[in-house]
Amino acid sequence: MIRVHNLTKRFGHLTAVDNLTFEVKEGEIFSLLGPNGAGKTTTISILATLLLPTSGEAWIDGYSILQRPLEVRRLIGVVPQEIALYQDLSGYENLWFWGQMYGLRGAELRQRIRMTLEQVGLDEKAHHKVRTYSGGMKRRLNLAAGLLHHPRVLFLDEPTVGIDPQSRRAILDFVKSLNREGMTILYTTHYMEEAQELSHRVGIMDHGRLIALGTQSALLQQAGEHDTLVLSFENDLKPQPPLEVLRHLSEVINVSREGDRIKVLTTAPEEVLPHLVTVCLEHGVRIRSVEVIEPNLETVFLKLTGRALRD
Amino acid sequence: MRRILLIALKDLLLILRDRSMVLMILIGPFLLTFGMGLISGRMGGGVSQSSGPRDIPVAIVNQDGQMLGNALVNVLSSPELAVLLEPVLVPDVETAKQQVEADQVAAAIIVPTGFTQSLIPLAKEWQAWSPSSSSNLAIQIYANPGRPNSVAIIESIVREFLFRVEKGRVLGLTAITPLVTAGAIQSTQAEEIGRALGESLARANDAKDLMQVAITEGGLTPSHEVDVMSSLAPGMALLFLMFTATYGARSLLVERRQQTLQRLMMTPTSPIQILLGKGFGVYLSGVLQQLVLIGTSTWLFSLNWGDALGVIALILCAALAAVGWGLLVAAWARTPAQVASAGSALMLLFGLLGGSFVDLSSMPSPVYVLSRVTPNAWGLDGYAILAGGGSLSQIGQPLLALILMGVSLIVFAGVILMHSRHFTQA
Repeated sequence: MIRVHNLTKRFGHLTAVDNLTFEVKEGEIFSLLGPNGAGKTTTISILATLLLPTSGEAWIDGYSILQRPLEVRRLIGVVPQEIALYQDLSGYENLWFWGQMYGLRGAELRQRIRMTLEQVGLDEKAHHKVRTYSGGMKRRLNLAAGLLHHPRVLFLDEPTVGIDPQSRRAILDFVKSLNREGMTILYTTHYMEEAQELSHRVGIMDHGRLIALGTQSALLQQAGEHDTLVLSFENDLKPQPPLEVLRHLSEVINVSREGDRIKVLTTAPEEVLPHLVTVCLEHGVRIRSVEVIEPNLETVFLKLTGRALRD
Repeated sequence: MRRILLIALKDLLLILRDRSMVLMILIGPFLLTFGMGLISGRMGGGVSQSSGPRDIPVAIVNQDGQMLGNALVNVLSSPELAVLLEPVLVPDVETAKQQVEADQVAAAIIVPTGFTQSLIPLAKEWQAWSPSSSSNLAIQIYANPGRPNSVAIIESIVREFLFRVEKGRVLGLTAITPLVTAGAIQSTQAEEIGRALGESLARANDAKDLMQVAITEGGLTPSHEVDVMSSLAPGMALLFLMFTATYGARSLLVERRQQTLQRLMMTPTSPIQILLGKGFGVYLSGVLQQLVLIGTSTWLFSLNWGDALGVIALILCAALAAVGWGLLVAAWARTPAQVASAGSALMLLFGLLGGSFVDLSSMPSPVYVLSRVTPNAWGLDGYAILAGGGSLSQIGQPLLALILMGVSLIVFAGVILMHSRHFTQA
C-alpha cells in the first residue's frame, strides 16, 4: 500500500531524511519509532505530498507522490502532530469544513460527523468552540478531522503528544479499531510503549536514517539478552554520576542519561549492579532506586544508537 | 469553485467571530467616522459647508454672448455655487488654455460663437434651420488632468445645464414646428413664441432651479452642495479598507503558523484554489466593511453617496484593488507580525498619499502622480464624481484603474506565493 524508495530530504546542509526505503502492507499498522528530530514528521509530510523530496520516490496504492499528488491526497488522511484546527469554529463546524474539503456532502457528511464525534467521545461538546476544549479533546478532534472521509491510508504523526492518560488510551483504542476495519496506518511516535502496543511492524529512525526494521520479536532478538538498569539518584544528579567510568565497567554495553535517571544496558545486571553502586558512592553520588527492565524496543534503540529515545 | 467558496466563507466567518477583527474593521472605522460627523455637526442630517471641495477655479470664455451663453455664465457665477466654484471670465480661448496648463484653473469652459442661435433660431432663419445644426457647436471643457475631481464636478454642472437646455429645445421644436408647417402661425409668430420659450429657459436656468431639476429628472443627488462628510466618509472607508485587506491577508500566514494551511494542502485542493479562496475571503470582508460603513453613514448622517449602482461598483472594484495589495504584502512577509506592521504602514501611507486625509487637488503634481498607485486615490475620485451627481458611466476610469490594479497585483502576489517554498511546501 505504501512504498518508499531511497527517499531523501535536505534542508540546506541538514539531511532530515536520509535514503529511506521501506514498505507498508495493506491493513498493517506500521510505526516509525525515533526520538525528536529523527525525521519522522518530515517523512510523513513527504508521503502526504506536503513536502517535495530532494531525491527518491514514494507511491501510495501505486500512485506516485510526485506525479499524482491529488490522487494520493484523495486516498490518505493525515493527523498532524500539531492541533491543526480552527479555534473559533465549533468541533462540528471544523469537521463539516474538513469533510467538505474532502468532497463529502449533505446527509452523508452529517451522518459521518455524528458518528465520528461519538467515536472520539466529543458528541456532547460538538457545538462548543474548539478554543474551549481541553488538550485531550483537541487531540481527539484533530484525529477525527483526519479520518472523517474514511481514507484507505491514515498517517498519524505523534497523535498522543502532551495529553492525559485517558485521552491517550482512547486514541490508541480508536486507532486499533480503525485498523480492524481495514485501514492501513502509518504511525509515528517516540513512545516505545505505543509502538509496542499498536504495531505489526516497526521502523526505528535516528538522524533521518532507518536503523532497524521488522516485527517486534525480530527487533527484540537484535537486542539479544540485554537488560536495562535504570538508576535514579538523590539530589537530582548533583554531583554528576561518572558516566564515562560506568561505560568502562565490564558487561556494560552502553550508558545513557534520560532526565534525572541513568540507563545502563548490560548483559549481566546482577554482576554489574554492585560495581555501579560502588563507583557512584566513590564519586559522592547517592542512588535512590534501581530498576531492572527486560529487553524492549527502547533497549533496541539504546543498543543501536547508544542513546535513550528521549535524549 | 466550491472549495474556493468554502475557504472564503470559512474565513469570513472566522473574521466575524474574531472580536478584535470586528473592532478593527467595522466598529473602529465606524466610530471614527461617527466622531468626525459629530465634530462637523452632521449628526441629525444637517449640512455643513466648512470643508471638502470648494473654490474650484474655472475659466469661462463666452464667445456666444447670447442668451444661453450668458445663462451659463450666470449659473456658474450664481450665489448657490459661490462656495463650490470660483469662476473667472476670460476674453479668449488661448488665455483660458494657458491658465489651465499653468494649473491656475481646474478647467476652461468655452461657449462657442453662435451657440444660442444653434439652439433657438431667429425668425428669418426658421425655414432653413434644422436641429442637426446644433451638433457642430458644442460647449467645450478644457480639463486640467491634475484635478480630476474638480473637473468631474464642473463637467457635471455643465451637463445638467445642457440637459435642461436640450429639454427646452425639444419642447420648443415639438410645439412650434407643426404649427408653422400647418400654417397655423407665421414665421414671425414662431420667433415670438420661441423667444417666450427662451425666457422660460432663462428663468429655469437659475442655479437653484437647475439643481432641483437634477433631483427629479436625473435621480441624482438632492443637492450639489458641498458636504464635509461626503469627503471624510469615503476617505475613512477606503483607509480602513486597506487595513482590512492587509489584515485579512495576514490569515494566510496565521494559518501556516497554526498548521491549518498545511492540513489544507494535504486535502485534494490545489494551492491555487487555496490562494483564491483566501483572497476571496478577504475580498468579502472588505466588501462587507464598505457596505456597513456606507450604509450606516447614509442612515446616521443623511449622507448621499450618489448613484447607487456606481457606489456598489466602486465598492466591488476598490475591494479588489485592496485585496491585491494585501496579498502582495502577505506574499512578501514571513510572519503574521510582519504583515500586520507592513499593512498598517501601507494603510497610513496610502491614506496620506491617496487623499484620505488631505485634498489631493491642493497637492503638487508629483504627489498626484504618485497617488495613482493607491486604491484610495482612484476610489476617492469615483466617490467625488458620484457625490457631484455623476453616474456609473462617468466613473469608468476609476473603476477600470481599480480593476487593473487589483487583478495585476493578485496575479503578481500569486506568482510569488506559488514559487515560495513557504506557501507551496508550508
